[in-house]
Amino acid sequence: MDLGFIQKYYPLYIEAGVLTLRIAIIGIAGSFVVGLLTSLIRYYKLPVLKRIAGIYIELSRNTPLLIQLFFLYFGLPKIGIMLSSEVCAIIGLIFLGGSYMSEAYRSGMESVGAGQIDAGLSIGLKKHQIFWYIILPQAISVSVPAFAANTIFLIKETSVFSAVALADLMFVAKDLIGLYYRTDEALLMLVIAYLIILLPISAAFSLLERRLRYAGFGN
Amino acid sequence: MRDLGIKVLFQGINFFRLLEGLWVTVKISLISVVLSALLGIVLGMIMTIQNPVIKAVTKIYLEFIRIMPQLVLLFLVYFGITKAFGIHLSGELSAVIVFTLWGTAEMADLVRGALTSIAKSQYEAALSIGLTMKQTYFYIIIPQAMRRLLPQAINLVTRMIKTTSLIVLIGVVEVVKVGQQIIDANRLTAPSAALWIYGLIFFMYFIVCYPISILSRKLEKLWSS
Repeated sequence: MDLGFIQKYYPLYIEAGVLTLRIAIIGIAGSFVVGLLTSLIRYYKLPVLKRIAGIYIELSRNTPLLIQLFFLYFGLPKIGIMLSSEVCAIIGLIFLGGSYMSEAYRSGMESVGAGQIDAGLSIGLKKHQIFWYIILPQAISVSVPAFAANTIFLIKETSVFSAVALADLMFVAKDLIGLYYRTDEALLMLVIAYLIILLPISAAFSLLERRLRYAGFGN
Repeated sequence: MRDLGIKVLFQGINFFRLLEGLWVTVKISLISVVLSALLGIVLGMIMTIQNPVIKAVTKIYLEFIRIMPQLVLLFLVYFGITKAFGIHLSGELSAVIVFTLWGTAEMADLVRGALTSIAKSQYEAALSIGLTMKQTYFYIIIPQAMRRLLPQAINLVTRMIKTTSLIVLIGVVEVVKVGQQIIDANRLTAPSAALWIYGLIFFMYFIVCYPISILSRKLEKLWSS
């Protein structure tokens, strides 16, 4: 183990970690939006759109992100659609994450009893009011564990971005191994970098889940 | 230009080469699935033992494996272990090791969850009507635990198959690598091959994983009532 080597090259990991996090944040935020839209379409059973959302969810959940990225990055340019690796990474993450988030919203929405919707209607709320004030708040609090699991899953999935030439943490580690043959140091920094990113998020989510358990409605 | 690309798929033995590549992927996942199922059941049962040392050790193992991206684990084994111990591990073997370590952690957690979900009153009721401990497990606990476990375990299989796509990045010749070879070989005659090859691989994964997902969902629905 060469500490000098670590001291010299750890800034590369910080840079790559920031890039990974930036793309993860945009991708995960996009996943929440896509997930909400598709789960709404499925919850209210909108014709035609319901079908499309269903097909999208099955395609996205049953294929690996790496292949989705390869298709976006190497396949699409052949029909004239050129995307930078960063854009590919964001689109890929949203395509993958949208379906996972959609399922999370859906299980939350389905947990809200029909009686509550009837009660809302009977006091004269409109359909969209019932959604915003009755269904969504309860659905979100029920779905928090699933959201947390999905968020961590999506951050982990960002590790495949190096395959479409994005200079992320894996990319830097592989570079250092290839250039200097400093496998131990490169891998150690890689593991530490992911621990620094993922441990606090994982701990924060378990705290949040514990607090939300007290905030259960109805029972 | 575009129809030139799609022809590549059916030229010569290209399609069969892709299927062969897909089999490498599926084979590695299946071996890892079987090993993880066996080891996971054992580890899951160990995890229900109330012993602080066992709890701490299994928790550290589980947390580390589950928080690290699988690609990082692959790098650790493929580059790290080979260098640290001066031995050569093939990409395939590294993949099986990593996916078994990861699958065992996930499986053990499912088994632990299924076992602890069964109410204590079930054990007590079984013992009070005179069943032995062995009978209690075989007739009361395991059948109920299975109903909770099986849908989730089948779901884990699709996750493992999807994750196996990563092994192309440690140099295993599987479906993506074969696809890249076909694309490179036809770069001049069929420049748009990449679109069709990656599109086809995308659907190959879908066709493998989709039936398994459906099975998992069907079982879950069947047994939830």
